[in-house]
Amino acid sequence: MNSIRRIAGVLWIAIAPLAMYYLIKTASSEIEKKPLIDTKIQWTVFIIIFIPAAIGLVIFGYYALRGEYDESK
Amino acid sequence: MIEWYDFFIFGSLATVIASQFFPKTNPTAALLSTLATFAVGFIVRPFGALVFGRLGDIVGRKYTFLLTLIIMGGSTFAIGLVPKYETIGFAAPLIVLILRLLQGLALGGEYGGAATYVAEHSPDNKRGYYTSWIQTTATLGLFVSLGVILLTRHLLDNDQAKSIAKFNDWGWRIPFLISIILVGVSIYIRLKMNESPLFSKLKAEGKTSSNPLKESFTHKENLKMVLLALFGATMGQGVIWYTGQFYAQSFIENVCKIDFDQSRTIFLWAILFTTPFFVVFGAWSDKVGRKRIIVSGMLLCIFGYRFLFSQLLNIADEKNKTQVTQLSQVKTILSPIPNSANSLRTTITKNFYDDGMVISETKKDTLYTDHASLKPEIKISKTLGSSGYWKMIFIVFIMIFTVTIAYGPIVAFLVELFPTKIRYTSMSLPYHIGNGIFGGLTPFFATLLTTIYTGDKLVGLTYPIIISLVCVIICILYVSNKKNFSIAND
Repeated sequence: MNSIRRIAGVLWIAIAPLAMYYLIKTASSEIEKKPLIDTKIQWTVFIIIFIPAAIGLVIFGYYALRGEYDESK
Repeated sequence: MIEWYDFFIFGSLATVIASQFFPKTNPTAALLSTLATFAVGFIVRPFGALVFGRLGDIVGRKYTFLLTLIIMGGSTFAIGLVPKYETIGFAAPLIVLILRLLQGLALGGEYGGAATYVAEHSPDNKRGYYTSWIQTTATLGLFVSLGVILLTRHLLDNDQAKSIAKFNDWGWRIPFLISIILVGVSIYIRLKMNESPLFSKLKAEGKTSSNPLKESFTHKENLKMVLLALFGATMGQGVIWYTGQFYAQSFIENVCKIDFDQSRTIFLWAILFTTPFFVVFGAWSDKVGRKRIIVSGMLLCIFGYRFLFSQLLNIADEKNKTQVTQLSQVKTILSPIPNSANSLRTTITKNFYDDGMVISETKKDTLYTDHASLKPEIKISKTLGSSGYWKMIFIVFIMIFTVTIAYGPIVAFLVELFPTKIRYTSMSLPYHIGNGIFGGLTPFFATLLTTIYTGDKLVGLTYPIIISLVCVIICILYVSNKKNFSIAND
C-alpha cells in the first residue's frame, strides 16, 4: 500500500499544472469571446484562487512521494 | 444556522438586490456587483478562516465566534436598511459590497469556531454524533432562508402579482431585518456558554500557540494534515454539497424550466426530510469510523449523479406525457408603448398534460408600425402535476441524502486531525477552500460546461464528478479510519 501511495504522488504532482493549464486556456477563450471587464475580473479571480490550491496539490504529491503519508508515520 | 441564513438570503435575493443597488446602466455599479459575487465567496471566506482561526486559537473559541456572529448579524441587518441606488447613488452599491465582504469574512471564521467548540466538549465515542448537529445548520439555514423568502413574497398583498411586485420593491428587506431577532437570541445563548474545556486547560497551562498561522502552515507535520484535509475530504464534500443543494436548484429552474415557487418548495420538502440524516451518519461514524462513511457518500454521488439528474429531466419532459389539447389556452394582450405608435404584444399559451403538468409560454414582442420585427422574448415555465412534483421531491431527497452521508462526519474528521492549540486555524482553512472555492464554484463551472458542450444537458456534472473522484482516491489511499480518537492528549 505504501508503494501505491508514493507512486500516486507523481500523479498529484502532474495533475496540478495540467488543471491550471486547462483553467488558463478556458479563461483566455472565455475572455476572447466576451471581452468585458466583468468577464476579465471573474476569470482573474478564479486563476488567482486556484494557483495556491494547485501549489498545495504539488506539495501534497511531493509529500506523498517522499513517504510522508506512509502507514508507519 | 443563523449565520448560514444570513449568508444565503443575499444569494437567494441576488437578482432583486442587483436591480436595487447595481443597475446595469452604470458600469461602476455593475463592476461592484461582479466583485460582490465573486470576491466574497471565494477570497474573503478563506481569509476570514485565517483571521478568526488565529484569533480563536489565541483568545479562545467562545469570544471569537461571538464576534463573528455579531459581524454577520449586524451586516445582514444593515443590508436591509441601505437606501436604493436611486436615492443615494454610487454610495448604495459601495455600502452593500462592504457589508457583503463583512458577511463573507464572518462566515469564514464562524464554522471553525462552532466545530472546535462542540468537538472539544464531546466525549471521544460520541464526537461524530455531537458535531453532526453543526452539519445540519448549513442546510437548515438554506431551508429557513428559502421559507422566509417564499412567505414574504406571497404575504404582502392578497393579489399574488401585487405581492411579488411589492416584494421586489421593498419587501425583500424583511428577510434581512428579521435576522436581528435571530442574532439577538443567539448572542444571549452564546454569552451564557463556557469556554471550551480543552482550550481553557491549555490556556491555564500557558501552552496556547503564539503564532497559529505559522504553526499550521509552515510546520511540515501540520501542513501535510491541512493538505490531506483539503484534498482528501473537504474538496469532494464541498462539490457534493453544492451540487446537491445549489446546482440542482438552478438545474431544476433553468434546465427543467420548473416554476420558481414550485422549484423552491421541492427543495423545502426534500431538505426537511433529509436533515435528520446528517445526525444519523455523524453518529454512525462513531461506530464504523469517519473515513468509511465519507467515502461511501462520495462514491454514491460519483456514480449516482448522472442518473438522478437525468430523472429530473425525464419528470419535466413533456414528451413523456400526453397533451390534453381541448384544455389549451391562448391569451393575447396588446399594450400601447407610451410616446410611440408601436405596441407591446404579450401572448400567453397554456398547455395541459394528462399527469396534471401545465406548460406556460409567455412570448413578448413589439409590433412596429413600419412592420420591422425583432426576435421575441420567450419564457417557458412548467408547473408539475402532483405525481411529478412528489417524484421530483423524492429525487432531490436522494441527492441531499447522499450529501448527508459525506457531510455528516466531516467536523469530527477535521478536528481529529489537528492539535488543540492550532485546531481552529488549521481546520478552518481547508474547510473554506474546499467549500468556498471548490464547492462554491460548482454552479458556475457546471453551467459554463453546459454552454460549451451544448449537446449534453448533464455535462455540467463532469466538474463535481471529477473533483469528487480525485478526492475519494486520495481519501482511500491516505486517510486513516478514526473512531473513539482522543483529542485531549495533544
